[in-house]
Amino acid sequence: MDLADTEEEADFRARLREWLAAVLPGLPPAPDPADWPARRAHDTAWQRRLYDAGYGDLHWAASPALRLIFLEETERAGAPYVGANFVGLLHAGPTIAAEGTAAQRARWLPPILRGDHVWCQGFSEPDAGSDLASLRTRAVRDGDRYLVSGAKLWTSHAEVADWCELLVRTDPDAPRHRGITWLAMPMDAPGITVRPLRTLTGTAEFAELFLDEVPVPVANRVGEENDGWRVTMVTLSYERGTAFAGEVVACRRVLGELAREARATGRWDDPVLRRRLGRLGAEFRALWRLVQWNVGGAGATGAVPGAGGSVFKLRYSHARQELYDAAAEVLGGAGALDLDRPWVHDRLSSLSYTIAAGTSQIQRGILAERVLGLPKGR
Amino acid sequence: MPFRLDDDQRALRRGVRELLQGRFGRDALRAAVDAGTLDRKLWRTLGDAGFFALSLPEADGGVGLGLPEAVLAFEEAGRVLLPGPLVATHLAAGHVEGAAEGRAVVTAVDGPLVEWLDAADVVRGGDARGARPVRSVDPLTPLHRVEPGGPARDDPVAVLLTAAEQLGSAGRTTEMAARYAREREQFGRPIGAFQAVAHLCAEMLARTEVARAAVYAAAVTADPVDVAAAKLLADEAAVRGARDCLQVYGGTGFTWEADVHLHLKRAWVRSRRWTGTAEAEERCAAAL
Ligand SMILES: Cc1cc2nc3c(=O)[nH]c(=O)nc-3n(C[C@H](O)[C@H](O)[C@H](O)COP(=O)(O)OP(=O)(O)OC[C@H]3O[C@@H](n4cnc5c(N)ncnc54)[C@H](O)[C@@H]3O)c2cc1C
Repeated sequence: MDLADTEEEADFRARLREWLAAVLPGLPPAPDPADWPARRAHDTAWQRRLYDAGYGDLHWAASPALRLIFLEETERAGAPYVGANFVGLLHAGPTIAAEGTAAQRARWLPPILRGDHVWCQGFSEPDAGSDLASLRTRAVRDGDRYLVSGAKLWTSHAEVADWCELLVRTDPDAPRHRGITWLAMPMDAPGITVRPLRTLTGTAEFAELFLDEVPVPVANRVGEENDGWRVTMVTLSYERGTAFAGEVVACRRVLGELAREARATGRWDDPVLRRRLGRLGAEFRALWRLVQWNVGGAGATGAVPGAGGSVFKLRYSHARQELYDAAAEVLGGAGALDLDRPWVHDRLSSLSYTIAAGTSQIQRGILAERVLGLPKGR
Repeated sequence: MPFRLDDDQRALRRGVRELLQGRFGRDALRAAVDAGTLDRKLWRTLGDAGFFALSLPEADGGVGLGLPEAVLAFEEAGRVLLPGPLVATHLAAGHVEGAAEGRAVVTAVDGPLVEWLDAADVVRGGDARGARPVRSVDPLTPLHRVEPGGPARDDPVAVLLTAAEQLGSAGRTTEMAARYAREREQFGRPIGAFQAVAHLCAEMLARTEVARAAVYAAAVTADPVDVAAAKLLADEAAVRGARDCLQVYGGTGFTWEADVHLHLKRAWVRSRRWTGTAEAEERCAAAL
């Protein structure tokens, strides 16, 4: 067991830290969260900066240790978050890297890394949320293309995405898990309607997609026809296992800010609040160790096996909500209710964490069945 | 940065587990509960196996391994509820004659508490004269109370090894609950098929795995804040794990015959020893 940087890792860390210190002061401020085009421009420009400096491909090409160092250092320095690049960089990209053909990798990965292409995730449907395998969006083969019809729901970043990792049913007669296929759908194809949905934060984070005979080339299929469920499990193992890893460091930074704020305002003298923050400090410390442990045990592709990912997703999503609840205590009275305070907006968005990417109930079900071997059929 | 057990560490864990299975199986555990005394022969066996001398340098007659290895051994001890002042004796190896070999039983004053005072040859960390016996909640841990109590308890090794025992207990109660949930049937199916039970077990697992990452990492860094965080999470995993296990066991869980209460009671004792909850939280808060 080791946690110390090797010489190569320490070197990488030092160079990255220096680079961040040099570029961050010159960056433009984060845009209004309601302004999607501005958000896209901001997030992709940052990705382009990383790419040009040689830090673009850390999410799946580099060693897991370098990836974690990258996350630690960028978050610690307060660098922009992946934002609109979340799906492309953190789960569609890694899935293509692991499951795609050489031609597919060459076609889709470089534009993600350069910040040219933003991806979204078209998995959920009106009648297929937790029960994803009941999805009904149909893809009918028509020569060298599929014609896709149906509806997708809760599609984050759809308004500004270039590509969509899409799950479709290609064999309606096969058992539920067998007839599914994973496709890369260009968002500018004819027949796609995007209807933004307003969330409880007051802005549009996700959208509804209506698909009417959308042509998707067969060449855009990742994995075999009807083998999409297996590919989906790869995507989900990145989404649950590592996609939120960087946010743990971000939460630790927020916790430090909360402690500073509490010390400045005298709230720190309240032992109940102080101990609550201390406990959160322990929790986020441990969650980062769990990320390191999971990545240490990940397969060659860097995917974290289901169990480790579900433990992380379950605990992280609740810890994040507790963090922002504690922030409300630090802000106190009017501060906790003032949407102009950043922690108040984050408190609202934290409410999605126990739902998105598999609800807490679903994660517990996975742990109970797949790790503890408890019987199915509830 | 390979944060995984290596082959030697896996072999060590297997070795300790086998030793304890052989020397301190279920019958020995229940016999220890009935006897309420320390088994000196077992203590000697542990000493011969290097349990107390694991982290003592080879030059001083020890095994010369590191804190991670000690943590793995103590995790195994926690799994089987091995009784005795294990942490204090481990710390005394190299300082107290006979401790490393398991010939001496060494206990320590830890705040207002001393465990296994009557069985101990040596008491460290404070003055135990005038100590009064406490009717200990844990049948496997005789306790004495000392006024005004010992010095500040800030030995990170002691804290971490106690956390490792808690981790072992948490892992064990998770396994016990899952196994019972697979086997016990009600309403015509295994109770583990009921989501309320399954989710209880899943939370036990998650608490254990997060505590494991924290404890192992603290063993690698030996950083006092990492150690405090590890103790906090391991205490919670052990105490809540035992409670949830009791719930899964139903009426059986409330009986003296089931081992669940032994895990809960020991977890309560350990959670008050070598840095309690409030101290650990304050330490983690001070580091923010
Ligand atoms: C902010 C946000 C962003 C999202 N982004 C995307 C995206 O980009 N792409 C995408 O495809 N999806 C996205 N989602 C969708 C998300 O994956 C689903 O919301 C989630 O999987 C739950 O599905 P559902 O909303 O249909 O709820 P349901 O499945 O209807 O669940 C409702 C409730 O029932 C519980 N429940 C359901 N089944 C079980 C069960 N078997 N056992 C116990 N309890 C159960 C759930 O835990 C939940 O509490 C996003 C969601 C949010 C909130």
